[in-house]
Amino acid sequence: METVLTTPLEESKIRALHAGDTIYVSGLMFTARDDAHHVLLQAAGEGASLPLDPGAMAMFHCGPVVSKTGEEWRVVSAGPTTSARMEMFEADFLDRFGTRLIIGKGGMGGRTLDALQRAGAVYTHFTGGAGALAARAVRSVPAVYWLDELGIPEAVWVFEVERFGPLTVTMDAHGKSLYDELAITVNKNLEAIHVRIEEEE
Amino acid sequence: MDKQVVLKGLVEAIRSAATELPADVIVALEDARAGESGVGAVQLDAILENVVQAREDSVPMCQDTGIQTFVVRVGAGFPLLGDLRELIEKAVRLATQDVPLRPNTVDPIHGGNPGDNTGRHIPYILWEVESGNTCKIHLLPKGGGSENCSALRMLSPGAGLKGVKRFVVDHVVACGGKPCPPGIIGVGIGGGADLAMKLAKLSLLRPVGVRHEDEAVANLELEMLSYINESGVGVMGLGGKTTALDVHIEYAHRHPASLPVGLVYQCWADRRKTVSIDAAGHVEVS
Repeated sequence: METVLTTPLEESKIRALHAGDTIYVSGLMFTARDDAHHVLLQAAGEGASLPLDPGAMAMFHCGPVVSKTGEEWRVVSAGPTTSARMEMFEADFLDRFGTRLIIGKGGMGGRTLDALQRAGAVYTHFTGGAGALAARAVRSVPAVYWLDELGIPEAVWVFEVERFGPLTVTMDAHGKSLYDELAITVNKNLEAIHVRIEEEE
Repeated sequence: MDKQVVLKGLVEAIRSAATELPADVIVALEDARAGESGVGAVQLDAILENVVQAREDSVPMCQDTGIQTFVVRVGAGFPLLGDLRELIEKAVRLATQDVPLRPNTVDPIHGGNPGDNTGRHIPYILWEVESGNTCKIHLLPKGGGSENCSALRMLSPGAGLKGVKRFVVDHVVACGGKPCPPGIIGVGIGGGADLAMKLAKLSLLRPVGVRHEDEAVANLELEMLSYINESGVGVMGLGGKTTALDVHIEYAHRHPASLPVGLVYQCWADRRKTVSIDAAGHVEVS
């Protein structure tokens, strides 16, 4: 059965998800790359009021291609960027804002996995590079923040989306990470490959 | 020779490189899909659907439209030899607006982004001047996520080809899902550090499934491909049978003391186009 979650996301629905599930999301999401994480955390740390509520939306690790007609922005292509770069920010980000759904690619580390459990949040993988597929799910661009300061790829874009996905839950709110499990298998395979290389003529 | 015709051909090539995946890559992805199940199949279906939508909507298949990179193989007698750099830079600026492309050129010293995909040394042009009066311009716009997984290892010659294989397999496994597998692994063996990296990148111009003309190199490619796919890293690093679609190797003679190995990782969005210009100025994009 296809699971479509709608923002704002309920904690119980997120905690009901498990690594390996495939879901879709409808509603609002904001984009955040390295600089956006930095700017949002810094602003919140200084007690500034934020123009958006990062806890009410899904977060997308993405630097989109966009075009502007009149005053209206259109998303042209918007796949995920590599999430590992955001590891240095993400646990603090989740603790502070309570964001419940992260969309990215490549997975994140142990600090984030711990923070997902505390926040009642999941990390999901969207197919890397599938920028056209993502763009088709974006219905509108209600807002963009820090565009002048950060430039197009790094700015905080707000997307209204419908059935955005497929998103594979790869790190859940129960401390399970598909990446950690897979690493055990891959390392075992790699040892066998090393033996075969050594045994060659 | 009409510069405008060449310019138009270049812009069209930049557009089609960003929006249309080469047929050989699509076939390789479809073959991979047939062998996958579970998460790997979900991811490959999304990739293949994305490829169709990008072509239909004429939008970039990936939002990271790359650093615009050109390999220019030009005859010394080609009439527009002296104009090519300016034409390529102009085409990049126009395509950035028209396609559109993401503005991807950041000044690492002073900060800032000119917003038109040009800058110091960028677009990057690799020149190969040959005899003759025709010109082939190969486009290889490559994303940052996979480029970040490039590597160079200066092996001791005693490590031999076993050392080369081990380095390549270990590195691809260590990259996991970060470079958007299944991709193409470009390997340059020999030369010096710079040449090994250059050969690795040039090897990516070869279509997927086409083997090196030297049988020993071809066998090495297939052997490494099979090791990489046995690793189980899988599509997007989420497990499965397909980690790489192909391994391409190019080689140069090496110094007796050195065995350099360059590795350039290309993501599944293996974007390539060629602009061919004959002596009469006819332009063909393929």
